[in-house]
Amino acid sequence: MSQMVLRVEGITKRFGGFVALDSVALTLAAGERLGLIGPNGSGKTTLINCISGALVNDEGTIEFEGRDVTRMPPHRRARLGVARTFQIPKPFRSMSVLENLRVPLEYAAWSRAEHRRITDEAMEMLELMGLKHCAGASSGSLTQVDMRKLELARALAAKPRLLVSDEAMAGLSSSEVDEILETLFALNRRGVAVIMIEHVMRAVMKFSERVAVLVAGRKIADGNPQAIVADPNVIKAYLGE
Amino acid sequence: MKISAFWVCVVLIFLAGLGLTHAAVNPYYFNALYVILQATIMAVAWNILGGFTGYVNFGSAAFFAVGAYTAIALDKALGLPLPFLIMAAALVCGLIGLGVGYLTLRLKGVYFAIATLAMAIVIETFVNNWSYVGGARGVYILTPEKHLWFDHYIEMLFVVMLGLALAAVAISRKLNSSRLGRGLAAIRDDELAAECAGVPTLRLKLVSTTVMGAMMGVAGAPYPFFVTFVDPISAFNLFVAVNAIAMPMIGGTAHWIGPVIGALLVGSLQEIITVTISSELNVLLVGIMLVLFITLAPQGIVGLAQKLRRRFFR
Repeated sequence: MSQMVLRVEGITKRFGGFVALDSVALTLAAGERLGLIGPNGSGKTTLINCISGALVNDEGTIEFEGRDVTRMPPHRRARLGVARTFQIPKPFRSMSVLENLRVPLEYAAWSRAEHRRITDEAMEMLELMGLKHCAGASSGSLTQVDMRKLELARALAAKPRLLVSDEAMAGLSSSEVDEILETLFALNRRGVAVIMIEHVMRAVMKFSERVAVLVAGRKIADGNPQAIVADPNVIKAYLGE
Repeated sequence: MKISAFWVCVVLIFLAGLGLTHAAVNPYYFNALYVILQATIMAVAWNILGGFTGYVNFGSAAFFAVGAYTAIALDKALGLPLPFLIMAAALVCGLIGLGVGYLTLRLKGVYFAIATLAMAIVIETFVNNWSYVGGARGVYILTPEKHLWFDHYIEMLFVVMLGLALAAVAISRKLNSSRLGRGLAAIRDDELAAECAGVPTLRLKLVSTTVMGAMMGVAGAPYPFFVTFVDPISAFNLFVAVNAIAMPMIGGTAHWIGPVIGALLVGSLQEIITVTISSELNVLLVGIMLVLFITLAPQGIVGLAQKLRRRFFR
């Protein structure tokens, strides 16, 4: 069995009486590309909030590279190598695009960064993401697609081994979706395992080696993408009877 | 080379201040300058938490007053010289900043602001009932006419305050451009995103409240020797807190120079108006300026200057 990057076991998250996640299990091998799909409100974002530490799950355990991180605050998980993007981009608006990347380089990746070359490293990442031309621009003034790329670039600057991308493509045009897909592949080629939450099925099918489906807080399917889209349970969950 | 330019300025300003005490000028000017420098330290301190980190503190007067009362208590109990009183005030207020930060920083926005206001009231009530430092009656501090190589005691206080203000500005400037400062700015912009980028937000916010508290304590420590009579009403004056908020807002909160500009401008105007028109009117002035700046130039004078520069030089 190859080395596991992430092992989520039986996690449950309740908001008052509402059960957002109901003993969900999920594993991810090093360098694997997983698509996470499910109807709106099925718990996808809650799951990644638990994985990144933004929310604390009520039950179950989360292991990252064999280490129990269940009770660890988000910044310590980021230091270990868990990075995420946000569904609604959250750039550091008072900073330039380049400075946005300095924050994770100086904090999350501080032990892995080349300290004398923080600016160069940030520039390299902007180049990889195709954002080099706006390095000095104010991050609040970017277009939607560049803002999504900045989210990914900032996650990359944390030098993660697991990236969780939360709907990086929502609302983008077809060519823009291809651009984001290309950057995700580029990240993956560097050995980063990726969980991609997405509604754009074309992207999910193209990107994922494996697909997991969440419905109403439960994982109803997990496996080969072709098999998943043919699964009657999944079709039922999306389209009804 | 930019770094040395800053330090050259700092040294020159300090020497100019020293020179001023040897020129035969009306002692009133030292009084006025003392008030302006005190406001500068308060504004710079407020800006570390309010401007850099994005947490609005309404309780500035409490830190200032605790600094003053720490000095009074230690002066009365041990008769320590002023530099030790200042250090003690920094320590006590830094610790209060740390404690208050730990208790309240889980609150955000307006809730945090109200908690700091409540903290100020709690501490004021405590001092009101502490008879050793005068309680509600207040306390007189006797100061000598002359001090070492200064002709007037106020000249010595002015030089001390100038040194403290320059140190506060240097610390704030260092913070602004450092890794720590970028972490604080990330917290201000988006706390969750900062945390997920590896920024230990709670720890950094505690550093911020501690430095803010210590600086305000330092601003308050020489105050009893300046006014020679302190009571809780004057030390916990809301106007101290309002000034500490208004000056950075008017100068601009994102850059270290903002609160300095705001304090020098508003502080000088207040002094001029107090002397020439009335001491009541300067309160009105701050209110009007604050309203004007918040509506017309929310980024303050620094933001306005940056905007104009972008418009004309690009």
